[in-house]
Amino acid sequence: MNGEKSAWQRFLASDFFYDFKRSPVTIVSFVIVVTLILMAILADLVAPTNPFDPGSLNLMNGFTPPMEPNAFTGETFLLGTDDQGRDLLSAIIYGLRVSLFVGLTAVILAMFIGVSLGLLAGYRGGWVDAVIMRIADIQVTFPSILIAVLIFGVARGLLPPDLRDELAITVLIVAIGLSEWVPFARTVRGTTMVEKEKEYVQAARLIGLGSSQIMVRHILPNVLSPVLVIATITLALAIIAEATLSFLGVGAPPTEPSLGTLIRIGQDFLFSGEWWILLFPAVTLLALALSVNLLGDWLRDTLNPRLK
Amino acid sequence: MKTLTTRLAIGVAAGLLVSSLASAETLRWARSGDSLTLDPHAQNEGPTHTLAHQIYEPLLHRDMAGQITPALATSWKALDDNPNVWRFQLRKGVKFHDQSAFTAEDVVYSFKRAMKPTSAMKELLTSIKDVRMVDDHTVDFETNGPNPLLINNLTNLFIMDSGWTEKNGAGDPQDVAAGETTFSSQNTNGTGAYVLISRTPDQKTVLKANPNYWGVGQFPLDVSEIVYTPIQSAATRVAALLSGEVDFIQDVPVQDLRRVAGQSGLKVVTAAQNRVIFFGMNVGDSDIESDNVSGKNPFADVRVRRAMNMAINRDAIKKVVMRDQSSPTNVIMPPFVNGWTAELDKVPSVNVAEAKKMMEAAGYGDGFSVTLNCPNDRYINDEAICQAVVGMFGQIGIKVNLDAKPKAQHFPLIKNKTTDFYMLGWGVPTFDSHYIFNFLVHSTTENRGSWNGTRYSNPEIDPKIVALESETDLAKRDAIIAEIWQQVQEDQIYLPVHNQVLNWGMKDGIQFDVQPEDQPHFKYLKM
Repeated sequence: MNGEKSAWQRFLASDFFYDFKRSPVTIVSFVIVVTLILMAILADLVAPTNPFDPGSLNLMNGFTPPMEPNAFTGETFLLGTDDQGRDLLSAIIYGLRVSLFVGLTAVILAMFIGVSLGLLAGYRGGWVDAVIMRIADIQVTFPSILIAVLIFGVARGLLPPDLRDELAITVLIVAIGLSEWVPFARTVRGTTMVEKEKEYVQAARLIGLGSSQIMVRHILPNVLSPVLVIATITLALAIIAEATLSFLGVGAPPTEPSLGTLIRIGQDFLFSGEWWILLFPAVTLLALALSVNLLGDWLRDTLNPRLK
Repeated sequence: MKTLTTRLAIGVAAGLLVSSLASAETLRWARSGDSLTLDPHAQNEGPTHTLAHQIYEPLLHRDMAGQITPALATSWKALDDNPNVWRFQLRKGVKFHDQSAFTAEDVVYSFKRAMKPTSAMKELLTSIKDVRMVDDHTVDFETNGPNPLLINNLTNLFIMDSGWTEKNGAGDPQDVAAGETTFSSQNTNGTGAYVLISRTPDQKTVLKANPNYWGVGQFPLDVSEIVYTPIQSAATRVAALLSGEVDFIQDVPVQDLRRVAGQSGLKVVTAAQNRVIFFGMNVGDSDIESDNVSGKNPFADVRVRRAMNMAINRDAIKKVVMRDQSSPTNVIMPPFVNGWTAELDKVPSVNVAEAKKMMEAAGYGDGFSVTLNCPNDRYINDEAICQAVVGMFGQIGIKVNLDAKPKAQHFPLIKNKTTDFYMLGWGVPTFDSHYIFNFLVHSTTENRGSWNGTRYSNPEIDPKIVALESETDLAKRDAIIAEIWQQVQEDQIYLPVHNQVLNWGMKDGIQFDVQPEDQPHFKYLKM
């Protein structure tokens, strides 16, 4: 060992951790995100009931206000129940799982597409670059939610009706993933164009390595840090996009509600005084998206030496 | 300087114009769904008839109290020497919107059209053998046997102009099942109190008062323009009424009743509706596609159907989903209808344990899964009711996948028999059981059973339904009706849920009674 520090000790001594410690907003955001992710992963253990099992619902529990016993059944729920008698706390925890799962996988998909196309465009240049970047230009002129709705609509039309509900989540992931790849491609392309002129790339080329090997093994590791920043910010966007789609009724099915679906349901009872059905899922979504976004911002500032 | 004076002049002129129009009243009307077509014979559906009633007229219709009232006919009676013939005297001096005169020829033409295969109204006319013109303003209806209830069937049979319809190639009713669009599904030429000005389906329809209407002076006709906007979202619809964006909504969401009634300047008018909500199942086919049981149809077993009926907690639906705005029932017939008894109506008690036993006896102890098709813009809280029963059926092991769609996509599933499990609501404009039997119980034939999505076909029941059309002894007729109901209940071909309660929300200044069929006739509205 002779005085060599472990990875954890080195991390604690790093500039990165020093910056983190000095930003209370970041610490709070980090705690919120980690708590929400843990709740989502451990949903089966944390949630009082399983809201996806329609057989366990008792309709008479419907519209129970938070912390008040139900007028018919006498049962009490921490955050109240929705119109179907579903425990809101459980519904939010399970909804969080759907939202986070869709958000994360969609970002991974968008990252994969964006990074691949960006590398290709930046490294090859010429017409390949022109074609890929013009497609990207065209795509950014449309709001990404519009593209997601379009993809979702086409997929629903093509799928047989009995598969629609089962594949709704997959379609949602593809729709959001395909609508968010452009920022990745643009950033990676720019960095690749700079990197490919550097000596190490030329050296690799000289010893006769193939293009794909140079792109993946040599250039990719050097363009990854801005990608991570974009991924974090895109995650917030993807979660919002999922909520928006579900709110519009084209996302997660009502029997497996995501946060957006819960908000859509709650919206119907805004005027009638059952505020909790809308408020709690909306606050959860807000906390999640805001925290992820703040973390992304902080990451961008910290990893970008030019801002220091 | 000149431009300024011109502008001022225009401004003053515009001001005068506005004040002179102030006496002209616009009614902005919203409900959750739109009319499905403008063709008056292509869809037998409430909201479609509602719009048609403003533009077209039948020989007679039900007024705002639900009483049969003359419209294009002034009087009718069965001939003394032949009870099989009804003679209708037609109103004189009536003109269609294009100024062509209304005559007996148009009546004969319209009824012939409504009997064609693509018509959705043909079940109402099965007892009619012939419609004959006697003179320009007299028409004879000959029935297969004496039919004392003939006029009850005619309240939604609209009269079109024969010349206009033929000239525009609209002689056949639009074939909705085939996805057809025709001239008559997009254009109108009626005799009604309102003329169609513009229409964008599912968005906006504008009607203007017909200055040449025969009823001027007889009806209030306070509304000079109607702007009809379908608003599917309950919250948006209520917000539109609360903010004054619309004057009248036909379906106040039950959760918002107190809010609307409590707002100054608005009121809610309530009445029981002549409409029952229920579920239908494919009981006829030997195997169905939408379940996970291969080679068998679980719905074909009456024990499964009875178990499902036992699992539905109608009181919970009433209390929670409908907030007391419904009356649970065990028969697919509202109390308005001839044939209704309190005994048929009596709701069975919920018994999950017993239902599970029956499922086991039928060989489905482990349950099965199936798809339920549900509309989401037609009945009060339709989708929420479906969601609620998904949970109730889940308790007896039936995993139900809910597929909720707008009515324009939902109804063809029933008519084309491409759904095995569906929600439907049924209003009874004739106020007689025969209407329910002929559409929902009789085997599907060329002119009967078009809404019988259950594939139920009982050779003993069918002739009894037909016999009702010519049975003049009312006591005997009622006995047959009771017999048919007994069979329908025993075979449990439908799972009844409840009868709807209507809640119309409107501005305080509007005087308008709730029509039990949910059919507002705006010529009666006072404001």
